[in-house]
Amino acid sequence: MFSLQQLKKSLLVSLWFAFLTFPLLVIRVDPIERTVQWRWENMALVAIGSFLVSLLVRLFYLHQEHRRTRKAAGKLVDREPLIQVILREPKYLYTLSGVMLICALIFPHLFSTYQTNIMITALMYVMLGLGLNIVVGLAGLLDLGYVAFYAVGAYSYALLNYHFDIGFWLALPIGALLAALFGVLLGFPVLRLRGDYLAIVTLGFGEIIRLILENWNEFSQGPSGISNISRPGLFGIELSLDGAILYLYYLMIALVIFTIFVVNRLQDSRIGRAWVALREDEIACQAMGIDKRKTKLTAFALGATWAGMVGVIFAAKTTFINPASFTFLESAIILCIVVLGGMGSIFGVIVGALILILLPEYLRALSDYRMLAFGAVLVTMMIFRPQGVVANIRRSYQFKSQSQGVRR
Amino acid sequence: MEYFIELFFSGLTRGSIYALIALGYTMVYGIIGLINFAHGEIYMIGAFTSFVVATVLSIYGFPLLSIVLLAGLAAAVWSASYGYTIEKIAYQPLRQAPRLSALISAIGMSIFLQNYVLLAQSSDFQPFPELIPDFDFMEPYAHVVGSAEIVILLVTALMMVGLTLLIKFSRIGKAMRATSQDRTMAMLVGIDVNRVISMTFIIGSALAAVGGMLIASHIGQINFFIGFIAGIKAFTAAVLGGIGSIPGAVLGGFVLGLTESFATGYVSSDYEDVFAFSLLVLILIFKPAGLLGREEAQKV
Repeated sequence: MFSLQQLKKSLLVSLWFAFLTFPLLVIRVDPIERTVQWRWENMALVAIGSFLVSLLVRLFYLHQEHRRTRKAAGKLVDREPLIQVILREPKYLYTLSGVMLICALIFPHLFSTYQTNIMITALMYVMLGLGLNIVVGLAGLLDLGYVAFYAVGAYSYALLNYHFDIGFWLALPIGALLAALFGVLLGFPVLRLRGDYLAIVTLGFGEIIRLILENWNEFSQGPSGISNISRPGLFGIELSLDGAILYLYYLMIALVIFTIFVVNRLQDSRIGRAWVALREDEIACQAMGIDKRKTKLTAFALGATWAGMVGVIFAAKTTFINPASFTFLESAIILCIVVLGGMGSIFGVIVGALILILLPEYLRALSDYRMLAFGAVLVTMMIFRPQGVVANIRRSYQFKSQSQGVRR
Repeated sequence: MEYFIELFFSGLTRGSIYALIALGYTMVYGIIGLINFAHGEIYMIGAFTSFVVATVLSIYGFPLLSIVLLAGLAAAVWSASYGYTIEKIAYQPLRQAPRLSALISAIGMSIFLQNYVLLAQSSDFQPFPELIPDFDFMEPYAHVVGSAEIVILLVTALMMVGLTLLIKFSRIGKAMRATSQDRTMAMLVGIDVNRVISMTFIIGSALAAVGGMLIASHIGQINFFIGFIAGIKAFTAAVLGGIGSIPGAVLGGFVLGLTESFATGYVSSDYEDVFAFSLLVLILIFKPAGLLGREEAQKV
């Protein structure tokens, strides 16, 4: 299967990685006790691991080569992946959505409150992912400060609740609106920047918001945060803790369905088409008469709206918030969800969020490696499968010469 | 007045470190047009490698001068190797892909490296051994400028001069300039572009590593997260001077360092990082080409 040459190359790779990781993985010093610990077993692990990974990558390329030659010879016809067939055919799609909805509805009755709670978190990330998907997936603007809008939503509910005793249902639209306002405020000056600059400025903006929340004690109570935020009310009925969680769960289900509906409609709307066009080619798009700034701003504001809404829910769920929940890593996790799931694909983002949030929860033993894996996921997805787990189906018209039939 | 001079020197010291890191950003950007998001992590890995090596050597009782030299060498060698490997793994396969893909890959690499060091070493702050002693002849000026600050300034100045000479006169330097002007054309005249790109990463990483070691020994502690903030600030410096321009990166580093030093000294130290970020946002809005950068027209 592998030639000797390739095995030799992989061996060199493994030696290189053993060298590379030597000072940090093998040696550990304790500067206070003044002791040195040599962990040679790590070097062996790295060498074996990198050898195997290198072989796997070679296998992948070999496989691709093989497919390409077979396709060229006409022996292999491209088959549409099953998931794309399901997403394309309304008959299958409605069945799948129905099954998923029923599963979601009976979930809290089958599992414990603890599991329901985890599921609420996962659903929150589904919403965040769908919101960021508008900005990154559809409009192609890399927003690394998405968490800032999330923080705006959370803090607007927390502060309104703390000072004016405003309830959840009133705060939800206010939080969303404030976040959208921040989106416009940030977007207005920076949107004429090129893509990669935009990424850094949004990152800087996210950090500024967090630092202000951390340091402006009179306003946000600083690092100690705000506690005793009210849970969502249900027509004034007092709910037990379990009841409150159950209520929040169904609320989240409803909001996620609402989000999916809105994003789906947006995608096919005039503005949605404009986003995709802008992502593909800005200059051509402007030549077609699309107002670049207005279109980008709407994407920013709409994305921020969702972050603001989830922020309000987050504050209501945990009843306590502090700036530590809104670091850059949070933005990175949401970005990872969108990238893993498939940029621009609604179903993909849902799958991505469920994988990335639920997997570390159930594999507690591996939770230390969570962020390490997220970083690796971002890199490997970009190299091997940039379209994500569930690729976004592009609408295309195919003209068949015989029948002149038009297919979506 | 004394306070002013003290702030001035601490600003220069900060600025020279920012400049060292910013050089890596600007060189890579000039050649492949990518913001190497993981560059801050390279700096952190340099600091950590020198921390490990210096501590081991000091435990085994080596003399101070050999510790400094060996730790600096180790930091440069390993950081350069990391830079080279990162380019091969995360950026080279994406050279033809859309910009966004390479940028996301870079962010992934940065998160990966941060957590790699966190897991391999420690999540706590580690005390960094003091590598630069207080010189006797500096005694009369000790209240305004420390010996370490002078050493840092000298070393960075030396490295910048070295880099300028390398880029101006050496073969690889000429190849670098040619590649950054027009990559396809450089390939046509027989320049091994892959080698040039690798060299750029190696040189940039080694510079950042030395900067990492110097500032870590000056501050006296490190952890896995230092690369993130330093990376963004150095990027700010690179943009401030005009990304892609080498003198611009140096100028931007000093301007940023001095601004930060005076702002924290005279205004408030709570918002130290906010100043840098605000400066970045303002620059990008009002003068995206930077102080020494050229305005680029977009061609279709």
